[in-house]
Amino acid sequence: MTAFLLKRFMQSLVLLVIVSIIGFIVLNLIPGGPMAQYGLDPGMTQQDIARLEEQLGLNRPLWVQYFDWAWRLLQGDWGTSFRDGNPVLTVIGRHIFATLLLMGSSTVIAVAIGTWIGIRGATHRYSAFDYVATVGAMIALSIPTFWFGLIGIYVFALELGWLPAGNMYTIGDGSILNYLHHLIMPSVVLALVHIAIWSRFMRSSTLDAMNQEFVKTARAKGVSERRVIMKHVVGNALLPMITLAGVQLPSILTGALVTETVFTWPGMGRLFLDSLGYSDYPVVMGLLMFSAILTIAGNLIADIVVALVDPRIRLA
Amino acid sequence: MTEHDKGNSNYSRRDALRMMAIGGVAGLIAPNLLGKPAFAQTPPANPTGRIVVGLSQEPTSFNPLMVHNEVDEGVYFSIFDALFRIDPQGVIQPNLAVEVPSQENGGISQDGLAWRIRLRDDVRWHDGEPFTAEDVKYTLELIVNPDFRAWRTLGHALLRDITVVSPTEITWRMEEPFAPYMSFLTETFMVPKHILEKEADPNEAAFNQAPIGTGAFKWGQRIAGDHIELVANPDYFGDGPYIEQLVFKYIPDRTVLYTQFQSGDIDLVGLAYIAPDKYAEASALPDRTVELIPAPQFEFILLNMERPQFKELAVREALYAAMDRKMIIDAIYYGVAGLTETFMPQQSFYYNPDLPVQEFNLDRARKLLDDAGWVPGADGIRAKDGVRLAFANTTTAGDHLREQLQQFLQQTFAEIGVEMTISNLPPAVLWGDFWTYSRFDSAIAGTTYLVASDPDVTLRFHSKAIPSQTGGRGSNNSQYSNPEIDALLEEGARTFDPEKRREIYFKVQEIIRRDLPLLPLYARTLVYGRKAGIEGFVANTNTRTESWHAAGWYWA
Repeated sequence: MTAFLLKRFMQSLVLLVIVSIIGFIVLNLIPGGPMAQYGLDPGMTQQDIARLEEQLGLNRPLWVQYFDWAWRLLQGDWGTSFRDGNPVLTVIGRHIFATLLLMGSSTVIAVAIGTWIGIRGATHRYSAFDYVATVGAMIALSIPTFWFGLIGIYVFALELGWLPAGNMYTIGDGSILNYLHHLIMPSVVLALVHIAIWSRFMRSSTLDAMNQEFVKTARAKGVSERRVIMKHVVGNALLPMITLAGVQLPSILTGALVTETVFTWPGMGRLFLDSLGYSDYPVVMGLLMFSAILTIAGNLIADIVVALVDPRIRLA
Repeated sequence: MTEHDKGNSNYSRRDALRMMAIGGVAGLIAPNLLGKPAFAQTPPANPTGRIVVGLSQEPTSFNPLMVHNEVDEGVYFSIFDALFRIDPQGVIQPNLAVEVPSQENGGISQDGLAWRIRLRDDVRWHDGEPFTAEDVKYTLELIVNPDFRAWRTLGHALLRDITVVSPTEITWRMEEPFAPYMSFLTETFMVPKHILEKEADPNEAAFNQAPIGTGAFKWGQRIAGDHIELVANPDYFGDGPYIEQLVFKYIPDRTVLYTQFQSGDIDLVGLAYIAPDKYAEASALPDRTVELIPAPQFEFILLNMERPQFKELAVREALYAAMDRKMIIDAIYYGVAGLTETFMPQQSFYYNPDLPVQEFNLDRARKLLDDAGWVPGADGIRAKDGVRLAFANTTTAGDHLREQLQQFLQQTFAEIGVEMTISNLPPAVLWGDFWTYSRFDSAIAGTTYLVASDPDVTLRFHSKAIPSQTGGRGSNNSQYSNPEIDALLEEGARTFDPEKRREIYFKVQEIIRRDLPLLPLYARTLVYGRKAGIEGFVANTNTRTESWHAAGWYWA
C-alpha cells in the first residue's frame, strides 16, 4: 500500500507540472491579455498600459513568468488576483462555500434518486417505468441547463411566486430557512442532469451484476428476490459508482458554470468564468491547479475505497 | 421612442455658468445638484431602507486611484468625493472644493499655469479624521508614483510644486496650460493620507479592500462574487444620504439581471442596464419606472484615412449618404438609439446641435461618386486610377447586432457600386495592435471619445496622436490629419472659459462632420429601470455610472 501511494504521488506530481505548463502556455496564447480590457478606455494611452504591464511583470519572457509563478507556488504563495488584489487562496476560499452548498445538495439528490431509478429500471427492465426513466434521462441530458434554469425561474419565481428567482439568500436575511428556500431550484435543476447520469450508470451496472454467477447461485439457493437484489446485486453494482463518484468529486468543488450564472450563485464556476473573462491569470492558474489536484485526489481516493470494499482488488 | 429626456428645463447651462462666474455662489447652492422640483416628496429625516442596485459586472477594485473598470465607479461615487463634480447638464460644480477655480475668480492664473483650490473645512473621513489639503497633495502625488498601479495618469503628470498653503488651500503649477484637467478632477477621488501613508506598498494596502472615504456611504462588507454593502454616513457634509444601506448586487447575466428586476429582487438596474429588445416589455411592468437615457457612447464606422479608397472626401460622403441609419436603428436596435452627427454626447455642454443632418439618398451617393470619377467596372464595382472601391469592414466577432448591421450596409453599399467585405476578429485581437496601429480598412466601434466628459479630443483627432505614425501617443486610429483641427485642439486645451471652449469645439465638430474620418451610426441609448417608489434618482451620463449620486435616493 505504501509503495502504491508513493508511486501514485510521484506520478501525480509529474502530472501537475505538465498540467501547469500547458495551462500557463494556453492562457498566455489567448490574444489580448489582462490589459486588453483597457484598450478602449478613452484616456488610457498605450504608455499607461505598458506601465501597468511592467508593474505586473507581464512584459517578462513567458518562461521567466512561469518559473516565477511555480517557485512561489512551491513556497505556498499562489499569487495575487489582478482583479481584486486578494491572494488567490483567499479568493478561492470566498467562493468555495457557495459551490459546496449547491453541489453538495444537488449531488445528494442526484445520487439518491439516480441510484433508485437505476436499480428499479434494471430490475423492472422494459417496463413502463424503465422507458419513462430512459426517455427522461435522455431529455434531461440533452436540454441545456441554462434553458431549464430560465424556465424554472419563469414558472416558479415569476408566475407562481413560490421560489426566489436566484441568489444564495435575500440580502439582509441570513437565516438557514432563507438559504434552503433559495437552494431548492438551483440544486434541483443541477441535479436533473446528474440524476440522468447516475441512473444510467446504475442501471447498466445493476444489469451487469444481475447476470453474475453468484446472483444465480443465490437464487438457486432460494434466497428471496428482494434479498438477492438488496444484498447481492446492489452492493456489487455500487462498486463502479465509487469510481464515478471519484471522477465527479472535483466538480463538487469547482462548481457549475451555467447553473451558477443563471441562479446568480456566487460560486467557483462563476469565479472561473469571470477570471477568464478578465484574464486574471493568477486566479485562473490557481483554479486550474486546484481542480487538477482534486481530480487526482478524487481518482486516488476512489481507487483506495474500491480496494478496501472489494476484496478482489489489491493495490500494488 | 428615440426622444431623449432632456430633464433640465428648470436649469439652463448658461445660467449655471453665470452662477459659476459669480465667484463662490455655485459653492453655496451646490448641494442642491438635482434642482428638485417643489412638489417632490420630501426625503426622510433619518436614513431609512435599502436600495439594491443590480450590476452585470462585479465591482472588484475599491481603491479609486488604481486601475479599474467603469462598474467600479458606482462604488467610488458613493464612498468617496472628488474636488469637483459634473452635473447632469455637464457643468462642473464644487464638491470637496468650495468653488470651481477659474481665470475670472483668480483660482487659475491668466497663463493657465498656476492653480489654487480652496477646500471645505467641514469634511471628515469616515474614521473621524478631518479632510485637509494634505490629503489632496498625497492623492495627486500617489497617482504619478511610478510604483503605484494607477489608472490613467493623463493630466496628473503635468503637475509641479504641489503646495499645501493651509488645511483648506492647496496650490500647484502646471507644466503647460491644460484646461481638461478640471474635468479630470471630477473623476479623481481623494484618498486619506493618514491611512495610506502608513502602508509599505499602497498597491497591497488593506485600505484597498475596505476603503475609507468622505462620501455619503461608508464601506460595509463585500461578499465576493455576490454583493457589496455600503451603509449610510450620518456625518456626510452634503445633503443625504436618505437610505440606510446601499447594495451593489452582481448578477452575471443580462437576461437574469432583467428577470430579477421583474421579480423585485433588485430595486434598480445598473450597468449594463436593460437590453434594448426588452424595452417594450419592461415599460409595461407594473410599479416600475423605465426610461431611455442617452449615453455618451456612440457607434461609428471608422475609416482608415491612409487607405487610397478613402482619401477622397467624395467617397466618404457617398458612403455616409448610403447609410439608412433610421432603418438600422428601427430594424436592428428596436428603435432604442438616437441619431447623431457628432462624437460629442448630446447631454454635453459642448454638443453642437446645428450640424448638417445626414440624409439617406442612394441617388446622391451615386452622383457623388460619378462626379468624382469613380466609374463602375465590369464587375459593377467602381474604380478610379486603378483603385477599386472595395474595402474590408471589421468589428468584434460574435456581436450579432453588429454582424446584422454589417450585412445591411454591405447590401446598400453594393447598390452604389461599392464592395464591402466582412472580416471580423475576436475583441481581444481587434482592440489590440490591429486597432491601435490602424491595420484595418474600416472598423465598427462603439465608445465615447471624451475623457472624463471633457470635450478635448486631442487623443482622437490630433495628428500627433497617431500611434502607427512615429509612435504617437493617443488613439487617432483613423490616421486623420488636419492642421486646422490640430490648431483648434491645441487652443481648446489651453482655453479655460467654458463659453470660449464651446465655440472652439463647435468648430471642431463642424470640421469633423465635414471631413468624415468617421461615419456616425447612432448614439447609444440606455434603458434605465427602477422601482417606482424610488425618489431622488437622476441620471447623469456625464459620469460613467447610474450611481453617481446615490446620496439623493430615498423611498417614497
